[in-house]
Amino acid sequence: MTDTIFALSSGRPPAAIAVVRVSGPQAGAAGQAIVGGALPPPRMAALRRLRDAEGETLDQALILFFPGPATATGEDLLELHLHGGRAVVAAIEQELARQPGLRLAEPGEFTRRALLKGRLDLAQAEGLADLLEAETDMQRRAALAMAEGGLSRLVTDWLDRLSMAAARVEAELDFGDEDEVERAAALDLPALVAPVHAEMIEMLARPPVERLRDGIVVVLAGPRNAGKSSLFNALLGRDAAIVTDIAGTTRDVLEASVVRAGIPFRLVDTAGLVEETADPVEAIGVARARSLLDMADVLLWLGEPADAPHGALRIGSRMDERQHEPSAFDHLLSIHDTRAIDALWAALSERAKTALGDGTTIVPHERHRALITSAAHELELIDGTDLLIDAEHLRLVNVALAAILGRDATEAMLDALFGRFCLGK
Amino acid sequence: MFHVKQYDVVVVGGGHAGTEAAAAAARRGAGVAFVTQSLAHIGTMSCNPSIGGLGKGHLVREVDALDGIMARAADDAGIHYRMLNRSKGLAVQGPRLQADRRCYRASVQRQLAAYNNIDLVEGEAVDLRLEGKRVTGIVLQDGSTVGASAVVLATGTFLGGKIFRGLDREAGGRIDERPSNLLGERLRELKLPMGRLKTGTPPRLDGRTIDWGRLDPQPSDDEAWRMSPMTRHDRLPQLACAITRTSAKTHDIIRAGLDTSPLYAGAIEGGGPRYCPSIEDKVHRFGDRDGHQIFLEPEGLDDHLVYPNGISTSLSAEVQDQMVRSVAGLESARIAQYGYAVEYDYIDPRALDHRLEMSELSGLLCAGQLNGTTGYEEAAAQGVIAGANAAAIALDLPPVIVDRARGYMGVMIDDLVLQGVSEPYRMLTARAEYRLALRADNAEARLSSWADDLGLLTPARWAHLEARTNMRTSATNGVRDRIDDDILREVEEDRRYAPYLQRQSDEIERMRLDGNIAILSDRITLAGVPGLSTEMIERLERASPKTLDEASRVRGVTPAAVAALWLHSRRKA
Repeated sequence: MTDTIFALSSGRPPAAIAVVRVSGPQAGAAGQAIVGGALPPPRMAALRRLRDAEGETLDQALILFFPGPATATGEDLLELHLHGGRAVVAAIEQELARQPGLRLAEPGEFTRRALLKGRLDLAQAEGLADLLEAETDMQRRAALAMAEGGLSRLVTDWLDRLSMAAARVEAELDFGDEDEVERAAALDLPALVAPVHAEMIEMLARPPVERLRDGIVVVLAGPRNAGKSSLFNALLGRDAAIVTDIAGTTRDVLEASVVRAGIPFRLVDTAGLVEETADPVEAIGVARARSLLDMADVLLWLGEPADAPHGALRIGSRMDERQHEPSAFDHLLSIHDTRAIDALWAALSERAKTALGDGTTIVPHERHRALITSAAHELELIDGTDLLIDAEHLRLVNVALAAILGRDATEAMLDALFGRFCLGK
Repeated sequence: MFHVKQYDVVVVGGGHAGTEAAAAAARRGAGVAFVTQSLAHIGTMSCNPSIGGLGKGHLVREVDALDGIMARAADDAGIHYRMLNRSKGLAVQGPRLQADRRCYRASVQRQLAAYNNIDLVEGEAVDLRLEGKRVTGIVLQDGSTVGASAVVLATGTFLGGKIFRGLDREAGGRIDERPSNLLGERLRELKLPMGRLKTGTPPRLDGRTIDWGRLDPQPSDDEAWRMSPMTRHDRLPQLACAITRTSAKTHDIIRAGLDTSPLYAGAIEGGGPRYCPSIEDKVHRFGDRDGHQIFLEPEGLDDHLVYPNGISTSLSAEVQDQMVRSVAGLESARIAQYGYAVEYDYIDPRALDHRLEMSELSGLLCAGQLNGTTGYEEAAAQGVIAGANAAAIALDLPPVIVDRARGYMGVMIDDLVLQGVSEPYRMLTARAEYRLALRADNAEARLSSWADDLGLLTPARWAHLEARTNMRTSATNGVRDRIDDDILREVEEDRRYAPYLQRQSDEIERMRLDGNIAILSDRITLAGVPGLSTEMIERLERASPKTLDEASRVRGVTPAAVAALWLHSRRKA
């Protein structure tokens, strides 16, 4: 018997209202239990008092009942529009969990059920995932590029080109000893597959699509007392829409998400880098800062320009001018100079656009990246010494690339897809 | 009223498929009537005098692992052994030998005679006996009926066979042999899905008129490998083949003679094999090449005929004479029998299931060239499977289905019944995705115990298999004494590819899991699957896959359609 699932389907409380959805064969019964009587007629909203088992009122809510199969999930579906306080939602969730056959939904489970009931196809589900996640204009455009089949076209092109190489290998294996194979041109398989490999590596060098969702990572680094935190605040201070404000898991890393010119950024302020420290706690902080340097898409370096890691934007303060040539820095600014801060933001946006493309560049998802990585790895193993083994590597490349195109209707693939949904979707 | 003699299984057709079908059914305990137009022709090699080759050698060894006839007949007749692809990995090495035609035929007939539950019946099958949608026997030309629970049709190129040479035509399945037109018409009347294919054969030369001294000889392999591990007797005396080439002059003659070609004059409608094209096709399609190889293969120890492999043709006799004489070493060669093309009916194999039974007519199984394949080896492999399953139907035994991970026979049958054919189907190693595991040298290890469980082995094979299995175990544990050389090599090769085989096992497991997901592929069910286009529904309906794994291999079916089927099957579950 199918479980009946429930979850908060609207944003995090507190909010004006909170919508909890219940889907499955027990949705109607659970609804009757908590309203203590009959449900309103199908698809009609009605105000009802929701009570727990002891009869104590939990909330007064608008409730709707949709009988299956003509519902979003294809099952019986109950919607509770609650007052959006944390305690209200928690109390209702607790009460629902007590109902027989009910459990909290897993992430993406509502959509998964819609898919299994034929209410959505896979492409719609992927599109829905992207749509739900799109927060910025660039994300919307990237989702569109993917949806329009840009990646599929590219992968199909790789498959076509590799199949030409594979055909020559197979001809050699199946006909090499029986005439009819042109022996004139010796088969240089590694050279034949090299261009495709190069394109894969180039694509893998692009930042993952998760950057579109989570933001371009901008890390501020440098020695202690270099003015990193002041710059961090200055960057957030003007015109920047602060989306969230998360304190780092350790006290020495501070992170903020910001959308600027339609591009999501994650600003990370790190602990000051010191060469050596006897303090184990500080050592951990420094190690963490160093690992953040590795994952940075853009590094703002506030130390000695000569010490700047490769590719970093070297930031100098007005005061530094006295000690260095201006050309030693990429940006000279004072945190009170709004025009200089704007100029830095412009430079960051420029870098981000180069990294992410204009939104029409194909940026693979993590699942796609893993498959392309494995395909590229198989191509690297082709060395022309044993054609039979080379053919096996080519076959494995083919399997990996075909999986990108969806020839991989497995539980694992669906899990990967639905893992992208938040709870309640 | 004629007397009706009742058997478990009737096999129609005395070629390689029919022979193996009759023997396989008999090994499983069925009483078999083996019906053919001419008993003397059983075991005839109608085209080249060789058995095996790349991909094909795998099939021969697999037929042997199921205790079939072909490999031992080949060893009894082998006058020239050659391991193809010797420089490459064992998985793509192809055992091939030249067989003395008479010895081969004699061995096949001798092996068949050893089965006391096979009755040989000389006659032409003209009709099927039907009870509703069930086949219950055949009717012979003299009006008598042979009843059976299952009928295997293995009629090769004889259904609607038409022979072409230049502008001449005659009815026939093989030169100087009558076609089975009545049976062909009957099958068309039953509205079985059928089409036309063509194949061809080269002229045969009188070896005494060939200038062998001018040609490069190709000797038999020194190493005394055999087709069947059962064979323990010495080889026959070995003969050398020779290699020559067509020349620019040959090609000019062929081009000038194309107007006498039934292929180019449009007389032949059936598709021909890309993998074994006629010489006129080669010259036409690869016009830039200055020569094509010809292997001169002796047809027997006491036979002066020579088979010039590589110049299959249906050009007129005059053009064939000129063409042959333009080739080095063949300047004064005499043609003993001219080449010809044969066009014939085949059954769309998508109408069959994996047991090779016709989905629409229960009790009717088809095997061999009739199913759109080319080659003795392809025919023999289908014959074993069809015969084994005919016995299963008659005696209520488990079906015999080889999956793609177990053998080339499985790959071939799966390809045939799901993809159909657009040209005669030839086995290639490239068709086997688990090629590294499916080697010609490990066919016994892959298949024999499995075949034994299905009752396909004779007592003589049991003792042999037990000894070989013990050797294999010892060899795996590092013992080298008193172990057959081929087993030592097999174990060594297993080790060499072990990491790859390990990786493939995951894929195989996945395939078998998808093989457990049953789907219905009738029109009504398919129409109820959300997201399937009309085109997908039509393709799926024609191939009627029974599992998700099969559906994923139907030609032209998109990944999205497979995903839709899968989701639908889960929804039902």
